[in-house]
Order: sequence, then C-alpha cells, then structure tokens
Amino acid sequence: MQTTKSHPKSLFPVSTHYCAGCGHGIAHRLIAEALDELGVQDRTIGVAPVGCAVLMYNYIDVDTIEAAHGRAPATATGLKRVRPDCIVFTYQGDGDLAAIGTAEIIHAANRGEHFTTIFLNNAIYGMTGGQMAPTTLVDQKTETTPYGRKPSNEGFPIKACEMLATLDAPYYIERVSVATPAKIRRAKKAIFKAFNYQVEERGFTFVEVISTCPTNWGMSPPDAMKWSVEHMEKVFPLGVFRDKGAEKDRTETGADK
Amino acid sequence: MPETKKPYIEIVTDRCKGCELCISACPKDCIELDTSVVNAKGVNPAKYVGGCIGCGSCMLICPDVCIELYKEEKIQKSA
Ligand SMILES: Cc1ncc(C[n+]2csc(CCOP(=O)(O)OP(=O)(O)O)c2C)c(N)n1
Ligand code: SF4
Repeated sequence: MQTTKSHPKSLFPVSTHYCAGCGHGIAHRLIAEALDELGVQDRTIGVAPVGCAVLMYNYIDVDTIEAAHGRAPATATGLKRVRPDCIVFTYQGDGDLAAIGTAEIIHAANRGEHFTTIFLNNAIYGMTGGQMAPTTLVDQKTETTPYGRKPSNEGFPIKACEMLATLDAPYYIERVSVATPAKIRRAKKAIFKAFNYQVEERGFTFVEVISTCPTNWGMSPPDAMKWSVEHMEKVFPLGVFRDKGAEKDRTETGADK
Repeated sequence: MPETKKPYIEIVTDRCKGCELCISACPKDCIELDTSVVNAKGVNPAKYVGGCIGCGSCMLICPDVCIELYKEEKIQKSA
C-alpha cells in the first residue's frame, strides 16, 4: 500500500487561519505542489498580499516578502530583476490586485516581468468583512452593496484575465477554478505551467483562480462552491487567454499549417 | 496472485475544520462528520466510514490538506 499523495514539502504541516472551506487553502496547496514538482522550493521567493492571504508565509515554506497593499507586482519586479535566478511569485486577492493594485499589475504585465502572479478571485473583500470588490457580480449583496451591486452606481465586475490579454507582453494567462475535484486538477496543471514557464525564463505568467468566501457570502462551503460555478463562471469564464508557449509549439510542429 | 487491498483514506482530524467539502465531493458517501468527537478547532471532524474507490476527490478538495489516500501502486497512475 502506498499513499498517492503525501503532504507537499513546500507547505508547512500546520493549521491555517482561513475559515472552514475557504479556497485559499486549496490554492496554497497547488502552489506548493508545483514548487515541489519543479524542485525550486529553495530558490523561490513569494510576495504576500494584504488580504486574508497576508499570512501566506506561515503556510507556504519559501522566503516571502510582505508587500504594501496591491504593490506585490512592484515588489516582485524588483526582486526578479535583482535575482533573476530566483523563482518569484505574487499571490493576490481581488481587492489587492484589481482595486488598490490595478496599476501595478497592469504595468508589470505590460513590461512582461518574468514572475508569476496567482490571482485569487473570490468576488469580495474577505479580510475586512465582506465589502464589495471590483470583481463583485452585478446584484451580488455585500456589506457595502446591501441591495446588490448596481452597475449604475458601482460599475461592472472587472475581468482581470481579459484585461491583461489586451497587452502584448504577457506570456501565459489562464483562468481556473477550485470548485470541484476535476476543476482543481485543471487548476493544478495551470499553476504548474505558469511556474514552469518562469523556470524556462519565458515571461510574465498569470493564473486567476476562481474561489469562494463562504463566510462573507453567507453560505456553507459546499453551497459556495456551487454558487461560484453557477454564477461566477458565467461572468468569469474559465480558459486559456494567452499561451505563447502553445503557439510556439504549434508553429514549430507545423500544426497550424 | 497477490491480494489486492482496497483503497482507503486517512483523515488528520486535528486540522479538520468540518467544512464538509470532502463529504460533498465524495461520489460514494464514504465520509461523514463524527458527531461523537469535538476536535481542537471546536468542530466535529470528518470521519471515514468505508467504501473508498480511490478517486482522490476528497483529497483534492480539502483546503486543509487533512486527507491522505492509500491505494495499490498498480492503480496509482490514474491519480
Ligand atoms: C492601504 C490600505 N488600504 C486598505 C486596507 C484595508 N484592506 C485590508 S485587506 C483589503 C482587501 C482584501 O480583499 P482581497 O484582496 O479580495 O482579499 P481576500 O481577503 O478576499 O482574500 C483591504 C481593503 C489596507 N490594509 N491598507
Ligand atoms: S474571510 Fe473569506 S477569504 Fe478570508 S479566510 Fe474567510 S472565507 Fe477565506
């Protein structure tokens, strides 16, 4: 008898502060597994966000820098430029990346900085108690939109992958979800691919993970997973938005001709 | 022929937060909350009740990495 998967080496065997059923834990594990499989734990530097994942360094066993709110891509830019031999990644929530940090992510992506961003989209500000995020869905109730988000007053959800895919520089952009075991397998492949492209020094890689915040959505964890599939995936369709590696393979093998 | 043992899971119950995601993910209803125990987190942790087919769904969805799956190496390639 053999265990098919033991605890990832890059993940401390500790209990996290995340609420029961929160998707942050799943995303952390997928990152740790990717780092293990690539054998880069010793030379990886994470940049933690402000948000529920602020204590990421207590869980993912790599050197980590805590950035100012939303500024993780700027910190990662500096790190990667000074230490190009290191694998650098940012881990950011939707409030961190798509609200206060919008400028940083867009310009880092536009410069094609050689780091990886894992963007956890749970459509709400989790840490501060459930205020509206830029990714909150239309009509979704939050602490600051108690009657539901109204586009006339609060605008529409920001689609980070689609927005970054308008830029020429990003090498790889994909949106995945952690709502079901099948989707988690797909998410794992995407996160592995992003880090692998960085190991191969290809360019800026970005994976958006559609997740849940059962606490602030006011749902049980299984219901929150269902809600994310039924509602979030309509607005934030899963898929690959850019994969220059695959394009390269296609032209090299002549599959396009 | 060597005896093929059935797959099974083990749950690290001290870290379990009782979120029930494993229960909702298991296609064979192999897991339930253990109402006879309250763990250090103050919740009824998940408990394996038998019938595992080795699909690994609970292990994949557990946000707290509490579940380990054991199965014969032979069928491991599907994981
Ligand atoms: C400069 C600054 N402004 C505002 C805050 C308050 N604040 C803390 S976390 C957060 C948003 C977190 O939301 P998100 O990035 O979606 O992460 P989640 O908690 O949902 O994982 C805000 C606005 C802060 N800490 N610093
Ligand atoms: S508040 Fe939401 S995002 Fe934060 S740990 Fe709890 S469930 Fe997760």
